[in-house]
Amino acid sequence: MARIIVVTSGKGGVGKTTTSAAVAMGLAKKGHKTVVIDFDVGLRNLDLILGCERRVVYDFVNVIHNESTLNQALIRDKRCGELYILPASQTRDKDALTEEGVGRVLEELSKDFEYIICDSPAGIERGAHLAMYFADDAFIVTNPEVSSVRDSDRMLGILASKSRRAEKGEEPIKEFLLLSRYSPERVKLGEMLSVDDVQEILSLHLLGVVPESKSVLNASNSGIPVILDEQSDAGQAYSDIVARYLGEDKPHRFIDAEKKGLFGKLFRGK
Amino acid sequence: MSLLDYFKTNKPSSAAIAKERLQILVAHERSSRNQPSYLPQLKKELLEVIKKYFDVNEETISVSLEQDDERETLELNITLPDEDHFKNLNSTKTRGK
Repeated sequence: MARIIVVTSGKGGVGKTTTSAAVAMGLAKKGHKTVVIDFDVGLRNLDLILGCERRVVYDFVNVIHNESTLNQALIRDKRCGELYILPASQTRDKDALTEEGVGRVLEELSKDFEYIICDSPAGIERGAHLAMYFADDAFIVTNPEVSSVRDSDRMLGILASKSRRAEKGEEPIKEFLLLSRYSPERVKLGEMLSVDDVQEILSLHLLGVVPESKSVLNASNSGIPVILDEQSDAGQAYSDIVARYLGEDKPHRFIDAEKKGLFGKLFRGK
Repeated sequence: MSLLDYFKTNKPSSAAIAKERLQILVAHERSSRNQPSYLPQLKKELLEVIKKYFDVNEETISVSLEQDDERETLELNITLPDEDHFKNLNSTKTRGK
């Protein structure tokens, strides 16, 4: 049986697809057979972040409507054989997704895979609803910023009441906080909500903090999930996140501002 | 450093303002999240009835449903209008008698 993880946030542009791609690659690299599904029908981008945009022939909606088989639509990653991508349709609209269809595809994938990552679209419409509906775990991607925190809280309410687990009265979805685009320097100056502030408001289990990093744009520019950039802070942050999710004990990093000596201030100062 | 601290304490940081605003907002939104869907309609109908007797508007009435382990409490809160309207109210009452 696969574990179904939804990567969600409510708000757009906080790093859901970056996270989905990084976490899926991280799990696959650790030897877990993983599939990542793009639920953003009409606005697919996961393929671009994972660098497989030219290999898309069939998509999620084709599979749901029996226009192709699952194996025809799944794209195997060229860098890691344990990772598969199920792209969203670019031409259809969100109504092309049905609860019955999504459930059927997830059930079929569950037989073959250990982890299924559902990359949710922004908003709380059909695509976002179906991305979280069947989930066992939820990664709430939040930026330390008022609108993102508010939307995350709204999303938590939806997870707790509208998911399959909630409707069936089963054990609730496990929720994890992933604080991204974090800038310890700005937190220190009192210009940005701190990890503790966000934790106090959302009271979620913190899976990790991803620092604001140039490497994220560099990675998406070249279609390489940032987790593969092992030198980068964001890449390392995602590796930690995957390790923690799998139960490893990793102390949190990237929370405090780097201490610069006088030398550093003079020569590396921004 | 002490001078810097002096300026800091005088003006709350924007992060502190953000946190406070969020705490208030989130608490409010969470309490209304678990409301049953009939509550707005109930509020509207109650308001219509009360309007017949008092000079009240949307803002002066609040309806909330609280839930604890043992029971559910429907709380109805009406802020009575100021003195001018009290006279009205009193006269209505007397007439009622």
